[in-house]
Amino acid sequence: MREDWEVVIGLEIHVQLSTESKIFSGASTKFGASPNTQACAVDLGLPGVLPVVNEAVYPKAIAFGLGVGATIGERSCFDRKNYFYPDLPKGYQITQMDEPIVIGGQVEISLADGSTKTVRITRAHLEEDAGKSLHEDFHGMTGIDLNRAGTPLLEIVSEPEMSSATEAVSYAKTIHQLVTYLSVSDGNMSEGSLRCDANVSIRKKGDDKLGVRTETKNVNSFRFLKKAIEFEIERQIDILESGGRIAQETRLYDPDRDETRPMRSKETATDYRYFPEPDLLPVVINEAYINDIRKQMPELPAQKRVRFEEELGLTAEDANLIASDLGLATYFEICATTCSDPGMASNWVKGELLASVNRDDLLVANAPVTPIQLGTIILRIKDETISGKIAKTIFNALWQGEADSVDGYIEANGLKQVSDSSALEPIVDQIIQENPKQVEQYRAGKTKVLGFFVGQVMKQTGGKANPKQVNELVISRLS
Amino acid sequence: MLNRTLAEQISDLQKGEYSCSELTEAYLIRISETSDLNTFITVADDALENAAHADELRASGDDRPLLGIPVAHKDIFCQKNVRTTAGSRMLDNFVSPYDSTVIENLNAAGTVSLGKTNMDEFAMGSSNENSYYGPVKNPWRTSCVPGGSSGGSAAAVAARLCSAATGTDTGGSIRQPASFCGITGIKPTYGRISRWGMIAYASSLDQAGPLARTAEDCALLMTHMAGHDPRDSTSSPEPVDNYLESLSKPVSGLKLGICREYLEDLTPEIRAVFDEFVGELVSQGAETREISLPSSPLAIPAYYIIAPAECSANLSRYDGVRFGYRCEDPKDLDDLYRRSRSESFGAEVKNRIMVGAFALSAGYYDAYYNKAQQIRRLIKNDFVDALSGVDVILGPTTPGTAFPIGEKSQDPLAMYMQDIYTISANLAGLPAISIPAGFVDGMPVGVQAIGNYFDEATLLAIGHQYQQMTSWHQQEPEMNS
Repeated sequence: MREDWEVVIGLEIHVQLSTESKIFSGASTKFGASPNTQACAVDLGLPGVLPVVNEAVYPKAIAFGLGVGATIGERSCFDRKNYFYPDLPKGYQITQMDEPIVIGGQVEISLADGSTKTVRITRAHLEEDAGKSLHEDFHGMTGIDLNRAGTPLLEIVSEPEMSSATEAVSYAKTIHQLVTYLSVSDGNMSEGSLRCDANVSIRKKGDDKLGVRTETKNVNSFRFLKKAIEFEIERQIDILESGGRIAQETRLYDPDRDETRPMRSKETATDYRYFPEPDLLPVVINEAYINDIRKQMPELPAQKRVRFEEELGLTAEDANLIASDLGLATYFEICATTCSDPGMASNWVKGELLASVNRDDLLVANAPVTPIQLGTIILRIKDETISGKIAKTIFNALWQGEADSVDGYIEANGLKQVSDSSALEPIVDQIIQENPKQVEQYRAGKTKVLGFFVGQVMKQTGGKANPKQVNELVISRLS
Repeated sequence: MLNRTLAEQISDLQKGEYSCSELTEAYLIRISETSDLNTFITVADDALENAAHADELRASGDDRPLLGIPVAHKDIFCQKNVRTTAGSRMLDNFVSPYDSTVIENLNAAGTVSLGKTNMDEFAMGSSNENSYYGPVKNPWRTSCVPGGSSGGSAAAVAARLCSAATGTDTGGSIRQPASFCGITGIKPTYGRISRWGMIAYASSLDQAGPLARTAEDCALLMTHMAGHDPRDSTSSPEPVDNYLESLSKPVSGLKLGICREYLEDLTPEIRAVFDEFVGELVSQGAETREISLPSSPLAIPAYYIIAPAECSANLSRYDGVRFGYRCEDPKDLDDLYRRSRSESFGAEVKNRIMVGAFALSAGYYDAYYNKAQQIRRLIKNDFVDALSGVDVILGPTTPGTAFPIGEKSQDPLAMYMQDIYTISANLAGLPAISIPAGFVDGMPVGVQAIGNYFDEATLLAIGHQYQQMTSWHQQEPEMNS
């Protein structure tokens, strides 16, 4: 029975650090260059070359460590991991085996039912990425692109503490959020800035011993991660229920067929013959250095969420949504400060802003309406210069580039709300005169038709009338 | 002019006794006349052009001391647009796109490269018989080896094919050939000279250094080779001493440590040479102290774990994929790797890769690699203790003189014993010099002095002061025996 099984998942997440140059050479890490144009002598592993650590990787790795409450290793040492593969130019990868820079730590992940769960982190270590093997387009041969070789990675290893694909995805999203918040990584998953290896095993409920695990490598989207793990769980249950045994192996997820399958055995050699990298001396990381980084740490997503809820009075749901993305949170905070109304700012940000951003597939940071402009729009609603309806018109005009200032646009288009009763009274009277039937209904007690009159007046004034005032006028005229 | 030392050539060039072009041409002729010594893998085709350029610069007032001095480089140093083979078939077709720091620095000092000298493949060997380009002959007796792995450089200096050459020393590869060829060679402190562009054998042990006839000439090259290099993380920021000024430092008052363990199994003839060497320094006012390096018998076994372990990884990049030798018509990736490597690496290189891969493999790492690293620390501690009471430690450079070609090539252990006195300095990272100190049966013998960290100046001064009173370093092989 499916329910008899318990799933155990641990993730290894490779995060590409957002440095200008590679971890052991001066070559650029910029994505998308033509093959092998960003690979220098060191990246090519030419005879006689030596690695030199790019010091920019330390503050990023340490910031991550502080962000998850980990211990920072006192010494940073590198090791060689030996294996042959054409996209690994030196025949070994420089990584950290015995003394990782980040030891321990934990994150809180949100579950579907609104509760949270703690997932512990085993370690996170620095290493260099390999190049890319391109198996298509070379007529049976393999192309090698070494632009990615030497790109700095932080490999974050979790404890095997997740028990469903959904939990694993939630954990991966939490890590993604954290590394982008801390500017550790650009988090751009389509460019491979965050890749997951999922270790999945199953066991009978109540068993203490872990089952045999498989490792599904290099999954680069949350959706695929969920599908890969779900596939793997089903596959393993099927095997065990039909009396088979799980092979400990490395697998690949194929999104086209929605399945995982074993990698060729050459890519899964297990004796990596690790030993200390003699070309790099251990670097001592002292407390003062760590403290400097600690002082510069931005507010973390969890802290933001609490502050949005407790200090700004947002609902838990809104706080969660807005704090989930640093760009969105920053936008919201500027907007809320401009209009001094976090509640309205939150409504506009999660409503109009998010809808427009999603529609046009933009990053919040690149939204054509600035947070100050949106804040100003909200201010104009609050001081009754404009109605909510006009506000949306202005927002769209700004978005489409048809306007460049809120007040200027209101002025130029005469959108100022009409609150002057002497201007409104003749219009109200005219509407009442033209609609005797509705007047009768109203007087007969059907007060709902009030909305009809207000609507007609708003229409007549092109939305500029102050609806509250129109409401009052209509009532006084009809009574 | 070919028999002049580097220091003498500097002064000759300054005085206009001859030009750089004349000197370079004379060397090139002599190199081609002695090609049966097999000292060079590649003779520079632009040497005369560079020499002419140096002459022009000198005429226009450029007074850099090394301007126009012809030198030879061990073929382990990458040189831009020059084939750099490391003595291996694997790199027979490899033309380096960049300069090693050593060559860059010496070029900047104005030297003219005569070419790249022969060596044991990837610096693995003590006889120069492990070269894809064939063995080098010892100019003192051409039936004998010149030592290795910097055998081509040592033989070239001894045969007056250049006044100075570069070399590298991982377990004795500068000092042992210097001793066998009757010249002076120094392995500096680990980290003193940048390893950038020096093809790696064992990264934690490899160190470049000069080979020349005199300590003074070594000091002249060291002045330009030493120094911090940001491209090598293991290169030291320690300021470089003024080696030339220190040469005149008298040895009187120096405390010479005589290592008990180094004299135990010495032949009487070598012992006599050694005693005479010590006697000369004592007569100049140095004092002797007996010291002990109890862990020294463990040096060879530790070295032959650590060096192969590092080389097994360092040589993985030679896979036939991006550069170097590639086998014909590989069936698949595995075949490409297996055949490219097995067809192009020599037997000793394969031995060491296998030993190293084994020593690092799961289940054996602690018993071999870790144990060897522990021994390395013991050896280092022995030296630190001993050097707290003495200025240098003296001993023979090698257990015997140059042996006949072929004598030990089938017996790796006998070959490994060649490095018994030199290896410890590499494991400890200490500087050590070999100074010509006499002859046994017509073949040169060197004495080794090991100094404290970054105290190359004292070693060079001892060599220089000794050479002021002796003439062993001036002996010239007849080259017809």
